[in-house]
Amino acid sequence: MIKQFVFSLSLLITLAVFAWSVRRLWSFFRLTKPAYPIKNIAARISHTMNVAFGQSKIFRKPVIGFMHAIVFWGFLVITLGSIEIVVDGLTGSERSFVIIGWFYDFVIASGDVFALLIIAFIKIFLLRRMFMKIKRFSGVEMTPKANWDAQISLYFIGFLMVSLLAYNMGYVSNHPNGYDGVYPISATLVHLIGINFGWLQEPGWWIHILLIFCFANYLPYSKHFHVFLSIPNVFLANLAPLTKYPNLASITREVNLMLDPNAAYDDTIEVARFGVKDVQDVSWKNYMDSLSCTQCGRCTDVCPANITGKLLSPRKIFVDLRHRMNEIGPLAVNGKGDEKSLLRDYISEEELWACTTCNACAQECPIDISHPNLIMDMRRYLVMEEAVAPAGLNAMFANIENNGAPWQFSPEDRLKWTE
Amino acid sequence: MTKDTKINVPIMADLAAKGENPEYLYWVGCAGAFDDRYQKVARAFSKILNHLGVSYAVLGKEESCTGDAAKRAGNEMLFQMQAMQNIETLNAYEVKKIICTCPHCYNTLKNEYPDLGGNYEVINYTVFLNEMIQSGKLKLENNPFKGETITYHDPCYLGRGNKIYEAPRNVVKAVFGEVKEMKRSRSFGLCCGAGGAQMFKEAEKGEKEVNIERTEEIIERKVDKVASACPFCMTMLTDGIKLKNKENELQNLDVAEIIERALEL
Repeated sequence: MIKQFVFSLSLLITLAVFAWSVRRLWSFFRLTKPAYPIKNIAARISHTMNVAFGQSKIFRKPVIGFMHAIVFWGFLVITLGSIEIVVDGLTGSERSFVIIGWFYDFVIASGDVFALLIIAFIKIFLLRRMFMKIKRFSGVEMTPKANWDAQISLYFIGFLMVSLLAYNMGYVSNHPNGYDGVYPISATLVHLIGINFGWLQEPGWWIHILLIFCFANYLPYSKHFHVFLSIPNVFLANLAPLTKYPNLASITREVNLMLDPNAAYDDTIEVARFGVKDVQDVSWKNYMDSLSCTQCGRCTDVCPANITGKLLSPRKIFVDLRHRMNEIGPLAVNGKGDEKSLLRDYISEEELWACTTCNACAQECPIDISHPNLIMDMRRYLVMEEAVAPAGLNAMFANIENNGAPWQFSPEDRLKWTE
Repeated sequence: MTKDTKINVPIMADLAAKGENPEYLYWVGCAGAFDDRYQKVARAFSKILNHLGVSYAVLGKEESCTGDAAKRAGNEMLFQMQAMQNIETLNAYEVKKIICTCPHCYNTLKNEYPDLGGNYEVINYTVFLNEMIQSGKLKLENNPFKGETITYHDPCYLGRGNKIYEAPRNVVKAVFGEVKEMKRSRSFGLCCGAGGAQMFKEAEKGEKEVNIERTEEIIERKVDKVASACPFCMTMLTDGIKLKNKENELQNLDVAEIIERALEL
């Protein structure tokens, strides 16, 4: 009874804190602009099966990708086990899901095996971060804090698995005459070592579930929030061709008016400004991308500008977006502001102009973030609101305006190539 | 080899005056019209179309920049002005099918014009050539490049942008037999450095130019030729090869030029 009470209280506290975090993020989302409409659910489901559950983009780096996939699939199975733990905790029962039969054995057995694999891979991930000089783990956006965040998340996951195995081993020891579920790793360990691990069951159970509760409430403030958001982020991804850059409806209205002064002015389109200067100008999807990003740096790793030593790092764009929202969000929610903006105080013009829009970053991103589109949104602000662009581009604009070509040639000469 | 004679290219306005409506519009693009090097590609492709007896025409003086570079550089206003003007011209001629050599024009016409009222079947020339080869309409009996090796550089707006990876390779293979792939190819392909309006501005400060990074990878592959399918890639790789003083060992060809040479047009 006391166990049930203590457990219910911890669950209640966990949910309350989590709800508070979600409410805070929700209020930030309300500051953002609409994105594309979410249609074609069938295609989205198949895309999610492929990219999220199938880990298809993760496997573009086969070795480390395989390890990530195992950790991910393991998490899916172990999460089912965690739901059981919550039900057990609330009802004061033990292994309450056993009624689902063979599927229970399957889930519990694979969770037991995955736990060991995850421990091994997490250890490798930690050693890799510490001793291997992996270029994409560095960069200005990879502050010591970001590095700590990565390590803490890895330790959380590691200890979650250790405690799960401890609980399983304790449970097996405490039921010498037959138990529910199948435990390929834990049962083997118990028999091999040959001592009674019964005393591990309770502490293992408690540590496991309390770690989950703490981790869940750490995540909304961590880069590792992708545990929650990456699957929905893939489901809500932009499914259009990577190089399709949406037209700006507010400009279409202006152009229509220019071409036909009698056209009706469509006042349903609300325009604060053209393009993106600060976080209030981005779409909710851009902001969700920034919360989902786990800073793996695969985008920056393939960016031609970054490879050749330019300032641009696609990852930094989304890290900056999240940081800026953390700064201005709480103020803006209360109708206040500051003197800063995402543009210039976080992201420099030099970074924005270095992008070749090659979409290598978007292609690589395991959770389908589209970096070039946000970069071009910020260029739109620079060009259409402030009229600041590199000299070469201003010349190109003038040429298109005057001659219908980006170079200074007369349209009269458009057939010279045939001569 | 390219002969410096006038080639017969049908013009839309002339055909319309005679009451004719060709099956395809060939969208030449600004580079095809004005860039010294890429004019040769436009010529090559027109000669192939003539050779195949395809019913087509070009807009000529009525063609105007699609606005791609302006859009990627943030000038949405200029882009949409260009788009509206082009859509008006295309719709006036009741154009149904457009073939593009430039992947930037292709991407813009195919993906960005429909929302503004420009709905056409937009075909990339490598896809068109591949279909002609596969269906047997385009017969390639000679290989003027015997004994030479080639690699293929994926233009971003063709490859990652529109998932056209195999068609240009098949066309190259039809003549060369084999494409020696670089490490960074297909969806892993490295940009030439010119997309997103970079073509028209100085690069930002860095350790290296992007086209040099790419050219070095091509040189490492130890091939005689590099094929590409984009005017910007063409410029960047040509410059890269020149800067590396490799003009004698390594030449840059467009997919259409390979077919032109094989057909001895």
